[in-house]
Amino acid sequence: MNRGVVSYIFYFIVYLTAQVLLVRNLVLMNFAFCYIYIAFLLLIPLEISPILYMLIGFATGVTTDYFYNTMGIHTAACVLITYLRPFIVRFLTPRGGYEQNVEPTLKSMGLEWFIVYSSIFILIHHIALFYIEASEISLFFFTFGKVIMSSLFTLIILIVTQYLFYSPRKS
Amino acid sequence: MRQLFLFFYNYRAFFTFLFLEAICGWLIIENNQYQSSAFFNSANSSVASILQFQNNITDYFKLKNVNKDLADENALLKAKLEQLKLSDSLAVDSALTPEVINQFEFTVAKVINNTTRNVYNYITINKGTNDGIKPGMGVIGPRGVVGKIKTCSGNFSTITSVLHFDNLISSKLKKNGAFCTTKWNGKNPRTANLIYLPKHVKVAKGDTVVTSGFNAVFPENVMIGIVSNVREDLQVEDVNRITINLSTDFNGISYLYVVNNKLKPQLDSLKIKTGMENE
Repeated sequence: MNRGVVSYIFYFIVYLTAQVLLVRNLVLMNFAFCYIYIAFLLLIPLEISPILYMLIGFATGVTTDYFYNTMGIHTAACVLITYLRPFIVRFLTPRGGYEQNVEPTLKSMGLEWFIVYSSIFILIHHIALFYIEASEISLFFFTFGKVIMSSLFTLIILIVTQYLFYSPRKS
Repeated sequence: MRQLFLFFYNYRAFFTFLFLEAICGWLIIENNQYQSSAFFNSANSSVASILQFQNNITDYFKLKNVNKDLADENALLKAKLEQLKLSDSLAVDSALTPEVINQFEFTVAKVINNTTRNVYNYITINKGTNDGIKPGMGVIGPRGVVGKIKTCSGNFSTITSVLHFDNLISSKLKKNGAFCTTKWNGKNPRTANLIYLPKHVKVAKGDTVVTSGFNAVFPENVMIGIVSNVREDLQVEDVNRITINLSTDFNGISYLYVVNNKLKPQLDSLKIKTGMENE
């Protein structure tokens, strides 16, 4: 368990640094954004206590907000997905239930489950994020386009990083 | 009572959720205020120093463009200087006191963080209260208007850029002095809209839009952009929908000038006395 905590602190630093220093400037056609830092929240083990999980989400959001100058917006979206994840996970329970202490990575859960899980997760986060930011009726469809394109972008980057860094060592 | 505690305990996740979201709501509202505390944004010194570290690296990739911008500006300033030398020999308007002529002070600052793709965009620069910068001052770049100072810490400040959905810039048409307001449309970082320009004012493609100088934030006649499109507005009767191309390329800015108007306190107190502080 201790090894787990240390490695998650390491992941936190790696994902947030990558987001703030590199991916922040990665925007396709002024339209599709990549918020890969939520992969950190997405990959936390399923059995974590909901309250601790929400607090972690809050901390992640606040850190990102500092750098994006959007105080509160990323935080609100992160707290929302961390609150909703247990429901998503319950909804997606595979036949025979989950294994003990499982990490929701592509390696351990399989491609199909992982894509469904992460696209729901990303979509909720992005809808919350972009609509809180652009709380303006005249921008409704523009923002909707941003949500869809950014979700696809983030999802693709997420799956690529899964294959790159979480490759199966033993199979 | 026990029932009540049990109820809260059973739904503790939901209440934690509500509590955290309430904090977020408070943060969002707090940050939307025109001038908020320097703690909750990238003017915060520890956050800004990380951004500066990043900027030190990315600087090298921008050098070419920065050089070109500065050279262009030098050429422009030289041309203006020559003009001034010529007009100097003619009589200077005796109504202007030296105080009025020298009312603007410029401080050079470097951009260390910049967004252009959000709906509310901010720029962070490496000068703060220690360099005499205060919230509310105007910021201009080599090619035109950039924004207004929002928050300052000791060594850093954040700017609400022109690309901020709530930012209104008092402007006028250069050719006839017609008063109007520039507002960003929230979508394209290269264009903005002119609002409150009555229909009877003739506007054509290619007209230059400059700052009006009415609210003492910017000097008069600083470039904002060039009219690119005029069409009828079907919803509002008395105005046209006017699009302008912004003269500043917000993706490429790196050095800015913060404008300090030494006469602004006078002007503001006068406005308060006459009861028009919101203008």
